[in-house]
Amino acid sequence: MLSIKDLFVEVEGMEILKGINLVVKPGEIHAIMGPNGSGKSTLANVLAGKEEYTVTHGEVTYLGEDLLDMAPEERAQKGLFLSFQYPVEIPGVPMVNFLKTAVNEHRRSRGEKELTAGEFLKFMRTKMEMVDMHAQLTNRSVNEGFSGGEKKKNEIFQMALLEPRLAILDETDSGLDIDALKTVAHGVNALRNSGNATIVVTHYQRLLDYIVPDHVHVLYGGKIVKSAGKELAFELEEKGYDWIKKENGE
Amino acid sequence: MESNMSILIENTDVSLKYAAHYNSVKEVLFRNSAEEMNAHRKKALQDFITQGIPTRKNENYKYTNLQPRFSSEFRYIHEREPAEVDLHAVFRCDVPLLDTHLAFLFNGWFYEDNSKIGELPSGVILDSLENVAHNNPGLIRKYASLAQTEDDPLVALNTAFAKDGYFLYVPENTTVELPVQLINFLQAKESAYVTQRNFIYLEEGAHVKVISCDHTLNLNHYLNNSVTEIFAGPNANLEYYTLQNQHNYTTSLNSVFIHQEKDSKVTTLNSSLHGGLIRNNLKFNMDGENAEAFLYGMAFIDRKQHVDNFTQVIHGKPHCMSNQVYKNVLDDESTGAFTGRIHVVRDAQKTNAFQRNNNILLTDKATMQSKPQLIIDADDVKCSHGATVGQIDEEALFYLRARGIDEAKARLMMMNAFAYEVIQQISIEPLRKRINELVDKRLRGEVARCHDCAYNCEC
Ligand SMILES: Nc1ncnc2c1ncn2[C@@H]1O[C@H](COP(=O)(O)OP(=O)(O)OP(=O)(O)O)[C@@H](O)[C@H]1O
Ligand SMILES: [Mg+2]
Repeated sequence: MLSIKDLFVEVEGMEILKGINLVVKPGEIHAIMGPNGSGKSTLANVLAGKEEYTVTHGEVTYLGEDLLDMAPEERAQKGLFLSFQYPVEIPGVPMVNFLKTAVNEHRRSRGEKELTAGEFLKFMRTKMEMVDMHAQLTNRSVNEGFSGGEKKKNEIFQMALLEPRLAILDETDSGLDIDALKTVAHGVNALRNSGNATIVVTHYQRLLDYIVPDHVHVLYGGKIVKSAGKELAFELEEKGYDWIKKENGE
Repeated sequence: MESNMSILIENTDVSLKYAAHYNSVKEVLFRNSAEEMNAHRKKALQDFITQGIPTRKNENYKYTNLQPRFSSEFRYIHEREPAEVDLHAVFRCDVPLLDTHLAFLFNGWFYEDNSKIGELPSGVILDSLENVAHNNPGLIRKYASLAQTEDDPLVALNTAFAKDGYFLYVPENTTVELPVQLINFLQAKESAYVTQRNFIYLEEGAHVKVISCDHTLNLNHYLNNSVTEIFAGPNANLEYYTLQNQHNYTTSLNSVFIHQEKDSKVTTLNSSLHGGLIRNNLKFNMDGENAEAFLYGMAFIDRKQHVDNFTQVIHGKPHCMSNQVYKNVLDDESTGAFTGRIHVVRDAQKTNAFQRNNNILLTDKATMQSKPQLIIDADDVKCSHGATVGQIDEEALFYLRARGIDEAKARLMMMNAFAYEVIQQISIEPLRKRINELVDKRLRGEVARCHDCAYNCEC
């Protein structure tokens, strides 16, 4: 589904990613962990198509196509979804408008009929229940005045509406209370099937109790320095990153 | 002294032309006009000559060069001329469900066949200023007292030439349920200079909403110099919406003066959707405690269009509140300016005065000048101002695109969102919807006319 080969990325002249290799197959869950500033969000943003990041070397194939060649909207329409670490507030763009446009743009790209306002609202309600999204939040502007946790929930709500093939969840767990964490994890699991895949970026093993990964990777200094099964997450939880840093010559 | 001299010399030609013109049409100006209006002409002309057509050296007109506009050749309209067509037949305001007391103005004159005003509440007057000045001069005793000729040459010139416009009077404790709608048409066979003079008088506790729409009906060049005086009595409530929708060969100069008594509330909201050169002067004089003023404005311009909003809010009494929000989207080589002056006089304690001007430039060639001017002579005052000139928020744009919304659509959503803060202040729902649609069309780059375009023009 996704194949990243020797990816180097610069931002404002600084090299952040220094040779990432990663293969994600349909049905898999990958967790990416790593200390602050190691490049996890950079990787997520590059995959989503953020323009300020410059790929200086390497390639990324998604569903057999060159991902780096696509505009952000094209990637999204082809099923790539990024749950942002810091979702932006967009005053003046009503939530419902935004969500309906996003859903219909996806449908249009697949050659499906666009949903009418009535159809969309019905569809939206089913998804709201799924992630326990409060109705009053959909009456506001996108993320405007949402609490930290509400913003994260809103990301998963959008994911539920767009039903992506590859979801990248960048620290979706941080800021969520324990109940919300369960709800969100439940939502993510409910959306899983053998045809889609998830990359979970997180700092805490806790989330991985609910969303059980097939692979855990440690991103450090712009590289994936360790990959293993879910037991690696426990080890990191227990020991922190010092031993990883030592292993990598610090 | 020396710099004054040079202003005078630079000004001389075109300003003298207007002074000479006054003398040549003096008889027409005085004929058929009531004494209440004629009494001001001479001084107005003198005040005009002293100031002249503003050059950029005039601090208040720094960003708008009016000299070339006034230098054009015009036919000056100083007399009521019958409209050659039945305006009701050629024009229908097609905003769905917008039910209003509707009156037309034709080249500055109150249309003689205003058959759609409908039934107004008892005592409410909506008529020609000229008529009221003749028949009920007591009602216009404040004429030319809110708009001071010595402070502004355009006001002086308007007062020297003024013959007609609309007059709206709402008596004590009277609420006009339906909005009063004025449609100001420009239509002449040749380039024309138009003067319009309006007066709105709200007695204590009067409530009314006014919608004023500017339209051009053909492609000739126009210069319209209008002045509107608004008196809001104690506890009066006025909403004053202006919609500017004229073609690119129009120079639209509008000076609005608002006097507020205690506990009154006045909201103005101007939408510049189309026009060649637009200059809006909006001056509030808050002359009673607990008055509230809301000043909203938005402009969407492209090509070589120019919009200059100049506001002045004088907080003359304690415990008043004013809030200004002006937003502009500038495309192509268009140019814009905003000057917002807030003057809190001595002893106007507990004043709240806010001002914000946000602008989006869509190209490198579009330019915007933004200048707040705060003069605060009281000490217990909350005052804030802020101006931004920038591009669309890239982070937000990426967020929308990352959800599959293509770039052009995402940009449009962002621009609509930008304007929405002002649009949502329109309390007349059908009008809000229509303006929202027009703004959306305008932002898409389509011609957003308020009516069926009779001329297929590129403007
Ligand atoms: N737009 C940018 N401009 C400048 N520096 C950037 C930019 N984006 C990322 N960086 C830098 O790149 C490095 C990696 O950042 P990134 O956000 O990818 O880290 P992260 O692994 O997601 O960290 P965290 O766990 O704190 O979220 C950091 O040093 C960061 O400051
Ligand atoms: Mg991060």
